[in-house]
Amino acid sequence: MPTSLPKHHVERNTTSDMLAFVAGILFAGYGLFVAFTSHDEAMAFHGFLLGAASLAAIGAVLTVGFGRPDSAPPTDYMDGPIKVATIAAMVWGIAGFTVGLIIACQLAFPVLNLDMPWTSFGRLRPLHTSAVIFAFGGNVLLATSFYVVQRTSHARLAGRWSPWFVVWGYQLFIAIAGTGYVLGITQGKEYAEPEWYADLWLTIVWVTYLLVFLGTLAKRREPHIYVANWFFLAFIVTVAMLHLVNNAAIPVSIVSPKSYILYSGVQDAMTQWWYGHNAVGFFLTAGFLGIMYYFIPKRVERPVYSYRLSIVHFWTLIFLYIWAGPHHLHYTALPDWAQTLGMTFSIMLWMPSWGGMINGLMTLSGAWDKLRTDPVVRFLVVSVAFYGMSTFEGPLMSIKAVNSLSHYTDWTIGHVHSGALGWVAMVSFGAIYCLVPWLWKREGLYSMRLVEWHFWISTIGILLYITAMWVSGITQGLMWRAYDKLGFLQYSFIETVEAMKPYYVIRAAGGALFLIGALIMAYNIWRTVRGDAITDLADQPRVAASPALRVSPAE
Amino acid sequence: MSSEKPLVEEGTGVTTTGHVWDDDIREWNKPLPKWWLYSFYVCILIAMVMWYLYPSWPTLNGYTKGSLGYSQRATVAGEIAAARRGQDAFRKQLESAPLEQVKSNPELLRFAMASGAASFQTNCAPCHGRGAQGAIGYPNLNDDDWLWGGTIADIEQTLLYGIRSDHKDTRVSQMPKFGTDKILKPDEIDAAANYVASLSKLPSDADKAKKGAAIYAEQCAACHGPEGRGNTELGAPNLTDGIWLYGSSPEQIRQSIETGRGGMMPAWSGRLDKTTIKSLAVYVHSLGGGR
Repeated sequence: MPTSLPKHHVERNTTSDMLAFVAGILFAGYGLFVAFTSHDEAMAFHGFLLGAASLAAIGAVLTVGFGRPDSAPPTDYMDGPIKVATIAAMVWGIAGFTVGLIIACQLAFPVLNLDMPWTSFGRLRPLHTSAVIFAFGGNVLLATSFYVVQRTSHARLAGRWSPWFVVWGYQLFIAIAGTGYVLGITQGKEYAEPEWYADLWLTIVWVTYLLVFLGTLAKRREPHIYVANWFFLAFIVTVAMLHLVNNAAIPVSIVSPKSYILYSGVQDAMTQWWYGHNAVGFFLTAGFLGIMYYFIPKRVERPVYSYRLSIVHFWTLIFLYIWAGPHHLHYTALPDWAQTLGMTFSIMLWMPSWGGMINGLMTLSGAWDKLRTDPVVRFLVVSVAFYGMSTFEGPLMSIKAVNSLSHYTDWTIGHVHSGALGWVAMVSFGAIYCLVPWLWKREGLYSMRLVEWHFWISTIGILLYITAMWVSGITQGLMWRAYDKLGFLQYSFIETVEAMKPYYVIRAAGGALFLIGALIMAYNIWRTVRGDAITDLADQPRVAASPALRVSPAE
Repeated sequence: MSSEKPLVEEGTGVTTTGHVWDDDIREWNKPLPKWWLYSFYVCILIAMVMWYLYPSWPTLNGYTKGSLGYSQRATVAGEIAAARRGQDAFRKQLESAPLEQVKSNPELLRFAMASGAASFQTNCAPCHGRGAQGAIGYPNLNDDDWLWGGTIADIEQTLLYGIRSDHKDTRVSQMPKFGTDKILKPDEIDAAANYVASLSKLPSDADKAKKGAAIYAEQCAACHGPEGRGNTELGAPNLTDGIWLYGSSPEQIRQSIETGRGGMMPAWSGRLDKTTIKSLAVYVHSLGGGR
């Protein structure tokens, strides 16, 4: 029910509304300026997108803001932006997995490139990586971090419009980046392909995200900051730093999509892989460990295994990860000393990574039966197992002798996907399965049986994918380095490509299973959000229900 | 409720920290697992040993060199030198041996064939195919139809200087664009095409072929020979052997006459060393069609 607010609160709201309105006008102005003046059609289109989105935002501020009473009391948790990010994660996830399946098929059957620039592997590959990492993973992180920081701080999100701006502004960034790839706009940096104007927009969104997160922590009504929030904060701060440094560029003009990066040669390569490795370390590891630290103890209703371990592994992980980037540039023009440091910091990183795995797995002490009875717990726990496996494999591959075999082969692709599919996506699925009934105030998920199906289909898919890439990668590496007795190369490059074909087909099959699993999930989520009658309520644990609807634990 | 009296775990006596978040999230106050801590120390120790052995920490005017004196560049240079040393004896022999004699020395032949095969797969296969089977516009090297001659010396010359390449000694010739340059009228081209098809006993219109014979004698015979057997001095293909580089359909033959043809092969001298080119000549010559 709308409540009457104290006068100072109304004034503060009006100030927020004014600021949001002015920001909207500025962004709309620049967007439309670019739309009408840029000689580059793709950038003009992006200007139009910014203009249209800003006008829509102005419309929202004018309809909802300016003196109208809030629909929720300011002490309530703000869940609207979280719902948007959750749905966005599902939508972008399915889009990203689909594009991944397409490019996997293109590698096995090149005719599927269709001989068109927009559908070629070179443009679809960054579309896939950015869609799954930043669009799917990013939205999962936005949703979970906003959910967790409110609950564990016992405080509403800071800001009146800012959380909405963060979520919708992030979707606009995704739309600009994704359409840019297909239209051929790229600065050619892996996982940082968007050009300068998309980067600037993301910077604005990200700084707002940081301020919302910090603001919420600042007004917390708990004496201590929960460990999940340390990880979320480390992720937000470090990604901001990585993004700013790696994308430092000078645009040709303010209406041209082209820019030049400040660094050149090996410095550029090193900056890029400092960024690239820590995108994995802080986006895909620290952020998702934040998810793990809330959702596992919450779902299994057991205390976290060790507070001390969480402190030690947090600080060692944060300190060591940032130095490991040079292992992406073994046996290149990068100086020997930097390669040695990259390798040794990766080796030292092994145990700090495993600290998270131990804390995740051992939290189940005394509740291992839930692995059998609750498939959502199984998603969360299997994700931690995959995390442990890929954080062992990573330091192993950073050792130069191993790297000389694995580098540039499919082994790397397999390693990335055991982390991305096994860890990041599985923990995200588990968290979304928890979040949706909690956010939409349902008594549980529409169907726990469908979660079972999703779990097994996607697990088989992941196993097919990574085993195919292990075999393919090691075969490739061994074929490349095979010499005959007289000292000549045993295989030509094309022979090694031919040898990969069966594994590429298996990989595509694994990817297809993973996508089918996600479609089952989307159906289940959709039925849950719609509020359809739950098919197997009796099989669901009490924590599946939204907090207010939960039955008390049986003593 | 954010603080409470710590809970005690049954059996171990371990307590929680006493902090509670979001109603029910607590943390055990357990020590670090011993195996975890010692493994971490071992990893740090390994890192320190590596720093001692290898180049690692940057300093104000360079970097610590490490006790092994390791250098990636020196290692690669050493490996390449060692590989070369292993081939040195054969390379010297191959360099000085006249091409024709390579085939009569079994050991040298084996070396040249291994070298030629490896180099072929890297440099030649992209156009000529992995089995040297060729493709439309790229000659099959297994048959005995040679545009520029099939002796081992001819093949070496083609390899060294290329065909219509940017090398000054390149093999070069030009099939005229009879249609584009309006040397022949469309019906004359059609007639010539029918005659050329008849040379290889392909289906053709007898009347047109008869008319085409006269045009052939006037326009084509100078290069392709009065009987159409071609001329390797000029790179003019044999038109009677049923082998068609640009296809044998009436439309393809007509187009060859209309727009002319002229594939390009790069000169490999300057890109590959002399012994490798020699090996390639031996290898290609041995593929089945060498004269």
